[in-house]
Amino acid sequence: MELTTREFWALIHGIVLGGVFLVAFAGGLAGFYSLRPEYVTEAGIAERTRRLVFGTGAMAALTWLTVIVGTWVVYPWYREDTPESPRSQLLANPDTEDWHTFAMEWKEHVAWIAPMLATAGFVVAAYYGRDLIRHPPARRIAMTLFVAAFGIAAIAGVLGALITKKVPVT
Amino acid sequence: MSEPARPAATPADTTSAAFRDRPNGPVAAVLLATGIGSLVLAVLVVWAEASESFAESLGYSDRVGPLSGKTIWAVVAFVVSWAGLHAMLRRRDVNLNAVWLITLALLALGLLGTFSPFFELFAPEE
Repeated sequence: MELTTREFWALIHGIVLGGVFLVAFAGGLAGFYSLRPEYVTEAGIAERTRRLVFGTGAMAALTWLTVIVGTWVVYPWYREDTPESPRSQLLANPDTEDWHTFAMEWKEHVAWIAPMLATAGFVVAAYYGRDLIRHPPARRIAMTLFVAAFGIAAIAGVLGALITKKVPVT
Repeated sequence: MSEPARPAATPADTTSAAFRDRPNGPVAAVLLATGIGSLVLAVLVVWAEASESFAESLGYSDRVGPLSGKTIWAVVAFVVSWAGLHAMLRRRDVNLNAVWLITLALLALGLLGTFSPFFELFAPEE
């Protein structure tokens, strides 16, 4: 049992980077949601905020890495101009061409909005730091950016997984 | 047997001097830059769909094709507009609600323009 180079990179893109982002989202969301004066003590604010800034920063970095690896490493194999490439296989069959024209075309573009949103969420959290708790509108904005980044990453991730199930990059 | 006494946890006093006021301009800058980056991506996606020659001009990498140019320019728009707006707004307080609404509008356009059933409407008829 072994992975080809292409399978390895598809795994890095979809499972390692994308998967960690999706799983870590719940922790970040809980961090934003619970950062309220009535829920935390003075000492708790500093600890929570440090964790939140580190977590959102790591997630923003992961999102950038995911789209960069997806676009510049995995996608060229998907779109190779050969009859065996996943793109060619999907387009060769009218029953599967929507997996390219709808799913892949949407995924490859919309995914790039996620890292910008995640970066903005991180910047808002990092800029206010422990003062974020005193700025409910900023906290809500950061949380919305974070949720939106997750939503877009989830769309791209699910479409990617379904396309890979149809025609894996091998 | 009584419970051991514990000091009660006191909720944080967020009015204390330990917290300081900061201008919200830097936050406005990154929000607007996110909207601008998304919109530029959407415009490039629609334009590339409508014009094959434009799509070819975005193919900076033969392996990646037009997606390389679309995403590079979207990221450039994000970073440059962020830097420019940050320089303009970093010491200013702005109406964050208004900035947020503008950002949401730009993001909505970005999402619409990158939605394949929408941008494929602009493909030339075969």
